[in-house]
Amino acid sequence: MIERFQYDNRVVKNFLFATILWGLVGMLVGLIIATQLVAQNTGPEMWYYWLVRPFTWLGEMQWFTFGRLRPLHTNAVIFAFVGNAIFAGAYYSLQRLLKARMFSDMLSSIHFWGWQLIIVAAAVTLPLGMTTGKEYAELEWPIDIAITLVWVVFGINMMGTIIKRRERHLYVAIWFYIATWVTVAMLHIVNSIELPISMTKSYSWYAGVQDALVQWWYGHNAVAFFLTTPFLGLMYYYLPKAANRPVYSYKLSVIHFWSLIFLYIWAGPHHLLYSALPDWAQSLGTVFSIMLIAPSWGGMLNGLLTLRGAWDRVREDPVLKFFVVAVTCYGMSTLEGPLLSLKSINAIAHFTDWIIAHVHIGGIGWNGFMAFGMIYWLVPRLFGAKLYSTQLANVHFWLGTLGIILYAIPLYFAGFFQSLMWKQFTPDGFLVYPNFLDTLLEIQTAYWLRVLGGTIYFIGACIMVYNVVRTVRAGKLIANEDAEAPALEKEGELKEVGHWHRWIERRPVQMLVLSLVVVGAGGIIEIIPTFLVKTNVPTISSVKPYTPLELHGRDIYVREGCYTCHSQMVRPFRSETERYGEYAKAGEFVYDHPFQWGSKRTGPDLLRVGGKYPHSWHYYHMYDPTSMSPGSLMPPYLHLFDDALDTTTTKQKIEAMRTLGVPYAEDFPARANVDLVTQSQAIVAGLKKDGIDALADREIIAVIAYLQRVGTDIKARTTEVAVVAKPTP
Amino acid sequence: MLKFIKHHMDTITGIGIYPVLSFVIFFTFFLAMLWWLRSVSKGHISHMSDLPLLEDQPSNGNLPHAH
Repeated sequence: MIERFQYDNRVVKNFLFATILWGLVGMLVGLIIATQLVAQNTGPEMWYYWLVRPFTWLGEMQWFTFGRLRPLHTNAVIFAFVGNAIFAGAYYSLQRLLKARMFSDMLSSIHFWGWQLIIVAAAVTLPLGMTTGKEYAELEWPIDIAITLVWVVFGINMMGTIIKRRERHLYVAIWFYIATWVTVAMLHIVNSIELPISMTKSYSWYAGVQDALVQWWYGHNAVAFFLTTPFLGLMYYYLPKAANRPVYSYKLSVIHFWSLIFLYIWAGPHHLLYSALPDWAQSLGTVFSIMLIAPSWGGMLNGLLTLRGAWDRVREDPVLKFFVVAVTCYGMSTLEGPLLSLKSINAIAHFTDWIIAHVHIGGIGWNGFMAFGMIYWLVPRLFGAKLYSTQLANVHFWLGTLGIILYAIPLYFAGFFQSLMWKQFTPDGFLVYPNFLDTLLEIQTAYWLRVLGGTIYFIGACIMVYNVVRTVRAGKLIANEDAEAPALEKEGELKEVGHWHRWIERRPVQMLVLSLVVVGAGGIIEIIPTFLVKTNVPTISSVKPYTPLELHGRDIYVREGCYTCHSQMVRPFRSETERYGEYAKAGEFVYDHPFQWGSKRTGPDLLRVGGKYPHSWHYYHMYDPTSMSPGSLMPPYLHLFDDALDTTTTKQKIEAMRTLGVPYAEDFPARANVDLVTQSQAIVAGLKKDGIDALADREIIAVIAYLQRVGTDIKARTTEVAVVAKPTP
Repeated sequence: MLKFIKHHMDTITGIGIYPVLSFVIFFTFFLAMLWWLRSVSKGHISHMSDLPLLEDQPSNGNLPHAH
C-alpha cells in the first residue's frame, strides 16, 4: 500500500540559515583575534598601524581579549557553524533516506531553538570569562546540562524517525549519524563531569594527567565525531546526489565506517606526546593515528571516485567544485594528522602555528566547503527556485580556495621556522633566541597573510549570503514537501537468510549499542588504567596544594584564558629545559583541577615561571606587557588592578577541592581567608620594597601569588635533597 | 567517587596487556567485517548504494535483492 506523507523542510531551512549566520559570526571573531596577534608596530607604514589599532584597542577591553575571544571563535565555529550544518544536512537527508517525516515537529523545533539558545549563552558567557578552561569544552556546567538535554531531544527525534521509517535498510550516512550521536553524548558527559561551586564556576572532577587524558580523548574525538563522522554522513548523501550517481563503492563505505569509528577513539593521546602522560598511552595514540590513514583515505577516495565519469560536470557545477576541494582537504588533513602524531614530527610542530594551519585545512577546507556546497545545493530545492547566480557561486569558490591557501601555507612556514628558532643553539651551546618574543616577531609576515587569507575567505562567504538571499526572494519555502512510499512490511513476513550485518542494518537500536561498544572499548582501555594504577602517576612528596590566594589566582588565570597562548608543559628536550627549566613530571599536576597544559605557545611556557621574576616584574607586566617585554603582543590586564578579589567564595572553593581529594585540613576551609589575607599582605610588602604601592585586595595580587607558585614545588624538592646531601663539617 | 576505586589495581603488573588487548580487539573486529563484506550479495550492495538516488520514485524497501 502506498502511503502519502510530507517532508518537513522548515526545520532544514532554519538550521541552514543558522549555519550561515553563525558561520559569519565565527569567522568574524576569528578574524578579530587573528588581527590582535599582529603586532601593531611591525608595519613599515602608518596605515598598518591604523588598520590594526582598532583591533588591539578592542583586545584591551577585558571581554574581548584574545584569551576570552579565542574560545568563542572555536566554540562558534565547531558547535554553531558546523553543528547547525550537521543538523540541517541530517534532517534533510534522514527524512528522504528513511522515507518518513521527522518523528516529531515539536522535537525538531525544541532542538532548533534549544541549540540556538545554547549558542547565544556561549556567546555571552565566554567573553564574560565564565569558562571551565578545557579546550572546546569551555562552557560552564548549566550550559553543559542544556547541551545534554538538547542532544537527547535530537537523539529521540532521529531514532523515532528511524523507527517509523518506510525503507527497511539504513543507508551508510545514517550509520554515521547514529555513531555521531552516541559518541558525542559519551564524550560530552564524561569530559564535563565537574563540581559546581556556583552557577558560573565549576572545577573539573579530574586533575592533572588524568584531566589531560580525558580532555584530549574528548578534544580529539570532538574533531572525529563532530567535525568528521557527521560530515562523512553528509558526504555519502550529498555527493552522490549532486553527482547524480551512486557512491563509488558501498563496500568501501562500510569498511570506512567501522574502521574509522573504531580507530578514532584511541588516537586522543597524540595531543600529549612528550608530555607528562605515561609513555604507553602516548605510543597507543601514535599507533592508532597511523592506522587511521587507511580508513580516512579510503573514505576520501570513495568520495572522489564517486565522480568517475562525471568530472566534466565539476567544471560547471559549483556544488561539485566545493565538494571536490572539501574532500581533498579531508584527505590532506587526515594524512597530516597521523604524520603530526609521529613523535619526531610532533617535536617540531606541537605548540606552533603549524597546528593552527592543520586544523584550518580541516575547518575551512573540509567543513566549510562541505557546508557551502550543501547550502548551494539545498537552498534552490527548499525554495523551489534556481540559484540566483552560478557565477557568484564560482566567485565564492575561488575566493574561498584562495583564502584557504593564503591562510594555511604561511602558517605552515611560520610554525616550522618558529620551532626551529626555539631549538637553535650557538656553537657554544647557548640558545640563539633566548628571548621567546624574538621568535614570535620573526613570523609576523605570516600573521599578516593569515589575516589576508581569512578576510578573503570571509568575503567569499558574504557573497554566498547575497546569493542565498536573492535565491530565497525569488522562490517560496516549500515547508511541507509531498512524498509517497509503500509502507514497511512486518519483519516476520520476510523470508530471507541474512548475515549479521544485514541484521544490524535493519535494527537501529542495536546499531547504536554496537557503535557505543566499539567506541566505548577504546575509551575504557585507554583511560581506566591511568585512573586505577597508582604507578602511572608517580606522586612527588614536595608537591603541596595551592594556598587559597594562589587558588584564586589560578581561577583568574583560567578565567582570562591564559592557556590559549601559554603552555604549562616543558617537554624533555634540551632546547626546552635550557629555555624554561626542569621538564614536567606527571606528579606535579595532581592538584590541578583543571589541568592547564595548553596546546599552543603564542607566548612562552609558564610552568617554571614561579620565582623567575620579582613580584614587581609581574605587576608591571600585567599592567603594560610592553614595559617588561618591548614589542609584546599580550594585551594589558588593567581590570585586574581595578577589581577586588571576591573572597566570599574562598570557603566553597577549598571545600570543593577537599571533595575532589585535595588534602586540605578539615578545619582549613573556615580559616582559609585568614591565610589569604596574610599572603596578600606579604606580596604587597614585597611590592613596596620595589616602590610599588599596591592594594592587597585586588585580583592582581592573587595572580602574582599564583604565577610565583607555578611549578616551584619540584624546586623545593631539589633544594631539600641538596641540603640533605651536604656533608656536615 | 573515584577514591573508592582509585587504588584497587595498585599491584597490577604488565600494563603492556592494554595495547595488546586493544590490537586484538580491533583486528578481530576488522577481520569479521571483511569476512562479512566478502560474502554479501551484489544485489544488496547495489540496492544500498542506490538509496540516496531513489527518493523520487517510490521503491519497495522490503526487497533488498530487487536489483
